Amino acid sequence: MASRKASQPKRDSGDKYSILLPTYNERENLPLIVWLLVKYFGESGYNYEIIVIDDGSPDGTLEVAEQLQKIYGEDKILLRPRATKLGLGTAYIHGIKHATGNFVIIMDADLSHHPKFIPEFIKKQKEGDYDLVSGTRYQGNGGVYGWDLRRKLISRGANFLSQVLLRPGASDLTGSFRLYKKAVLESLVERCVSKGYVFQMEMIVRARQLNYTIGEVPISFVDRVYGESKLGGNEIVSFVKGLITLFATT
Amino acid sequence: MTKLLEWLLGVSLVLAAWAVVSFDLLELRLPQSYREAAWPMPLYLLVSFGCYSLGTVGYRVATFNDCDEASAELLGQIQEAKQDLRKKGLKI
Ligand SMILES: Nc1nc2c(ncn2[C@@H]2O[C@H](COP(=O)(O)OP(=O)(O)OP(=O)(O)O)[C@@H](O)[C@H]2O)c(=O)[nH]1
Ligand SMILES: [Mg+2]
Repeated sequence: MASRKASQPKRDSGDKYSILLPTYNERENLPLIVWLLVKYFGESGYNYEIIVIDDGSPDGTLEVAEQLQKIYGEDKILLRPRATKLGLGTAYIHGIKHATGNFVIIMDADLSHHPKFIPEFIKKQKEGDYDLVSGTRYQGNGGVYGWDLRRKLISRGANFLSQVLLRPGASDLTGSFRLYKKAVLESLVERCVSKGYVFQMEMIVRARQLNYTIGEVPISFVDRVYGESKLGGNEIVSFVKGLITLFATT
Repeated sequence: MTKLLEWLLGVSLVLAAWAVVSFDLLELRLPQSYREAAWPMPLYLLVSFGCYSLGTVGYRVATFNDCDEASAELLGQIQEAKQDLRKKGLKI
């Protein structure tokens, strides 16, 4: 025990957190998010690794990731790239396979999800031994930045509708900033078939179905500063389709 | 049971109770005033649920936090990070 304590300044739990960062054209954001992750994990003293899953970004994200690996070390930054853009859902599956932690944190690499909340997620998880902890924009001090009235209305309306229809026991269904016990994430990912936003929604709905316990931490969601959104397009249509599918099948 | 089935079950229970009272299906010989009160109930329920929904969503949109400080903090940290990363030898 003594030696383990020495290597983990403040913590002696033996827990390790694997952060999955799927990237597609995030060359500007990746160094910043990694820097912030290193900063907050350094301050809080938890054991961690960052797994970057780049899908052959044409902007050279992978090359930047390799530089970061040299700076921060191969034990902290793991690169698990894929040759082509295969989508977010399979990126998570791919990442989990290589995760060595007993907890996995999923977040966007576009700085919308701030690493400062991770210590709060971890604290929350330990408080109730939760199977998963979900960030929520809709409760407490949570919120958004850079959203106009229309976007707020759509977001709140969609959330209300999903709450009424699915009663999932979590306030933020489409958010993708979450901490999972690794085994829980594996069992969920196996079962989830949806794409895009609906994937996040399906994960939490299935979690409730399987009687996993869910903790929530309010987060602020800041719209991306750099780069372009990859979802978009028929977001609303696919959301409604996904909602109906989950309504009829779960 | 799926959520869809739960909903169908709930709605049919309510509708059955409503039909029993307003058309006196079980011949309970309920007073006429009961039947008259029950008859428009589904509409009232629907309208109040609609109002509740609009009210709730409206209130939540109005009280949706704008995280100005979070954005300001992030922008500051971005500058800090860029300087530090440059020092560490990152070339972008
Ligand atoms: N590996 C991989 N990562 C992806 C893919 N699509 C999106 N991503 C990453 O997934 C995260 C979320 O994607 P975003 O484009 O930010 O989607 P969003 O957050 O809904 O949209 P905005 O923040 O409004 O732009 C980002 O880190 C992206 O780089 C993909 O096909 N493969
Ligand atoms: Mg984003």
